[in-house]
Amino acid sequence: MNRHGVILLLLAIIAIAGWAYSINYNTLTTLDRVSELRSEIATERETLQVLKVEWAYLNAPERLEKLVRRHNRALGLMPMTPEVLSHAAAVPFAEGQPQFVFSGIPGDPYIPVPRGRPAWRSNQ
Amino acid sequence: MTDMATSQGTRTRGWRGDWRVILLMGGFCLCYVAVGLRMGLLAATDPEEPKLAWSVTSDRPVRGEIIDRNGVLLAANLPAWSLYAHPREIKDPVAVADDLDRIFPQIDRDVLLKKLTGKQRFVWLKRPVTPREKQAVHDLGYPGLHFGNREIRIYPTGRTTAHIVGGVKAKREDVRFAELAGSGGIEKHFDERLRNPAEAHEPLQLSLDVSIQQAVRAELAMGMERLTAKGATAILMKVKTGEIVAMTSLPDFNPNERPELHRGDPAFNPRFNRAAQGRYELGSTFKVLTMAMALETEVAHSQTIIKTPPSLRYGRHRIGESHRMPPEMPLEDVVVKSSNVGSARVAMMVGTRRFKSYLKKLGFFDPSGLELSEAAKAKTLQPDYWTDLSTMTISFGHGLAASPIHLASAYATLANDGVRVYPSLLAGGRDNGKRVFSTQTSREMLRVMREVVIRGTAKRADVDGYELGGKTGTAEKVGRGGYDKNRVVSTFASVFPTSSPEYVLVVSLDEPTDRSGPRPVRGAGRTAVPVAGDIVRRIAPILGMRPLKPSNDATIATLDVNSE
Repeated sequence: MNRHGVILLLLAIIAIAGWAYSINYNTLTTLDRVSELRSEIATERETLQVLKVEWAYLNAPERLEKLVRRHNRALGLMPMTPEVLSHAAAVPFAEGQPQFVFSGIPGDPYIPVPRGRPAWRSNQ
Repeated sequence: MTDMATSQGTRTRGWRGDWRVILLMGGFCLCYVAVGLRMGLLAATDPEEPKLAWSVTSDRPVRGEIIDRNGVLLAANLPAWSLYAHPREIKDPVAVADDLDRIFPQIDRDVLLKKLTGKQRFVWLKRPVTPREKQAVHDLGYPGLHFGNREIRIYPTGRTTAHIVGGVKAKREDVRFAELAGSGGIEKHFDERLRNPAEAHEPLQLSLDVSIQQAVRAELAMGMERLTAKGATAILMKVKTGEIVAMTSLPDFNPNERPELHRGDPAFNPRFNRAAQGRYELGSTFKVLTMAMALETEVAHSQTIIKTPPSLRYGRHRIGESHRMPPEMPLEDVVVKSSNVGSARVAMMVGTRRFKSYLKKLGFFDPSGLELSEAAKAKTLQPDYWTDLSTMTISFGHGLAASPIHLASAYATLANDGVRVYPSLLAGGRDNGKRVFSTQTSREMLRVMREVVIRGTAKRADVDGYELGGKTGTAEKVGRGGYDKNRVVSTFASVFPTSSPEYVLVVSLDEPTDRSGPRPVRGAGRTAVPVAGDIVRRIAPILGMRPLKPSNDATIATLDVNSE
């Protein structure tokens, strides 16, 4: 075997060793990163769980009712009663107008025709 | 011939055969060396957890969550800690006890000191510990105090669903985790399911609707307070599936601080579930069932005239009325006007054997099958020897004590076209059973129940547009030496709307008294009935039910003015 061949082989060995070394360390850092991310995920999950429970607690109907009662002067809310519920068809309209259109909503097939443009631009 | 050929072959390939053996042995040696080296390597290296095969989910046992029909959280877990100590590592137990006493005022200082100076290597100090308390203990910086991981069970909806969710207790406890086991209600009945790691990630969905539950509870609590009742219960059940949308029992408790077992009068035990566990004589609500049996067996029809003298003698016993009755009336009026004598006579027309078999088909002789650990124990109390007299008194609800859930199921069965309905707390409910009453009987009974509300004993429950129908029941409680007139259980069992039944509502009050009039009144018509009316008025809009006819003329008149 000639000298060039030996040198070439040596260089190849050094290159491969370097590559193996870097791969090894890359793997180790990646593993560290994975475990870091995992503990982060675990913490986030725990936070999520705490927030979920807190959300449920803050929205518990019993608590909401107490709050509504305490701030009733500002809110002016009332329990919904059957008197405020009705069919749209029961709403009376002025005579001579086409009064209802077919809505396609089951249980309430007719809705009243709008009688003018919505007034949401009137302040301009 | 063959022998010769073989021996000759061996001889000619002599040393080459040996070479093969050597090769084989060498190969084996190499294998052994390789295995030996590998074993040596494994023995020499430090043990290490495989890093990548590790799953993200925690290895701590986690209990499944419970949600309502709309996904509202009813029971969940929160990470928490438990505080323990290694007394041998503690240098100054007195100072530690003093400081801990300041953080945990609920623990006795002397008990702490005794634990810390004892001979044990390990003592629990406080379970569970909140994050703030944990930080405070950390800040003390004493050696020998340690924290263990555990989960605590939280019930965000609190009292509203207390009797349904029940509670848990720590079964096996360790510094790494605490294993929680159900000790009541749904938690106990579905303990296996909630603990099974394969199913724990999937929440258990109930048929309950928390917003309805809260509205029912609020109205019932108001009624109970107004009528100074000892306790109360209300059940709202879907007619077709038997799903329980709301079930409340008062007094109740905060499941996050579940009270210990109660001593003293069981009527005041907050943990007692009146709806599923309590058994009461349900009074005249049974007359509806008696009449349904009479129609079904065709011994009478709605207009058959029944003689109703002021009292009826049977042997040494006398059955009387609670108020004056006409001397005779059609069968439907026996229910509408609630005549005990009439009901007893009709029951005798049906006959004891058939009467019992119908009660059996309606489920009165079995536990209700509701998915609560308490419900399994609530077996109906019935006479030891069932005589004709028993049939007569049970026909108007005396002499047999069943849970309100039993009654709700029976009414749901009657309203569900006569097909048996099984109560359930799980979303989706249970499949219907066999037919008990015919469609015709079911329709007729719904009409009669509506009559009770229109012109009978339950006028105060007539909520416009919801076609409420039902039957009242006032049962005197058994006191010393017979029935006590001043202590009653008043019940109203109802169905709405009667033209196409959707819900069954049972309201029962324990010892109510209406003192708004000149004389105290205890009958169901003035106690349970108005409370049931209030409940329907409040929940029907939340249930998305619209009144079946325009509410009243006044509403329309106001709208008319606005549309000008």
